[in-house]
Amino acid sequence: MLQLLQRILGVGSPSSKTIAKERLRLVLLHDRTSIPPHVIEALKGDLIKCISKYMEIDENNLEVSLNDSDESVALVANIPILKVRQM
Amino acid sequence: MGEVIVITSGKGGVGKTTTTANIGTGLASLGYKVVMVDTDIGLRNLDVVMGLENRIVYDIVDVVHGHCRLKQALIKDKRFEDLFLLPASQTRDKTSVTQEQMRKLCKDLKEEYDYVLIDCPAGIEGGFKNAIAGADKAIVVTTPEVSAVRDADRIVGLLEANDLKNPKLIINRIRPHMVKKGDMMDIDDMIEILAIELLGVVPEDEFIVVSTNKGEPAVLDKNSMAGQAYRNISLRITGENVPLMQLDVNVGIMKKLRKLIGF
Repeated sequence: MLQLLQRILGVGSPSSKTIAKERLRLVLLHDRTSIPPHVIEALKGDLIKCISKYMEIDENNLEVSLNDSDESVALVANIPILKVRQM
Repeated sequence: MGEVIVITSGKGGVGKTTTTANIGTGLASLGYKVVMVDTDIGLRNLDVVMGLENRIVYDIVDVVHGHCRLKQALIKDKRFEDLFLLPASQTRDKTSVTQEQMRKLCKDLKEEYDYVLIDCPAGIEGGFKNAIAGADKAIVVTTPEVSAVRDADRIVGLLEANDLKNPKLIINRIRPHMVKKGDMMDIDDMIEILAIELLGVVPEDEFIVVSTNKGEPAVLDKNSMAGQAYRNISLRITGENVPLMQLDVNVGIMKKLRKLIGF
């Protein structure tokens, strides 16, 4: 019933314009910084290697991405730490 | 001394040639001396859009190689005394002209004309580099689609890297009904993403198909919405301050209802 009402009123799912904007934003982020996805993947691999020397990390829940805020682009890495190695 | 304006887009099929024909005709109808140069060598089309295809004798390649004088290759428009077309060659390819030759050609043309409009080929290779070589200003044409805006963004970057600062944007084929429904990116979305100044918005208009069929630019038709948009764009190029056309459509009953109950 609620779904039917939502469909009639056209709310609920995002409009295709919103989807277009979001896709465009992401694709331009990569275009503008000219960092292709496979480079990000390689960077991720190296980060894991480097950090793993010092601490045990949760590789499955690790996120590395590029974020743009206004004029600048930032590399954002979210790396869950499981244990710090005793050096 | 006139100015050289290149009309470019990156992506093909967004309306560069139609835009060039209409702006050229629009500026000529305002009394300016205008020449349009088709640089899409191998795939010329500006002649057809202008309805001048039967008058071509010489082309741009003949001019830069000295096979004829510049004046001999310029085709006078049917409608305006001071509107000319320098057609592209259909049998050669993009490598037949160099950037240096284009710079010289543009320099010669702008001594004679108020506006030199360069119709750029699609892509970012040689043809594009030739087209922008002699330009003073650039107009980027896009349509409200992810692919076209993405390519426009790339073009803006390349233009700026080639010292063509502050390119202006034309958003072509916008459909107010779809924008209203949230199914098409609106003007603000695209300006925000591309971060360049807007020169004009041209609504989707079936009349463009009719006018292209006939080889008569829509800008001359008082009843065409797109024609009106191109008249406004032409005026803005000459420095006049013309407000954006009202493209609003009636708000649907569901939208009103939604607003009423606060969704």
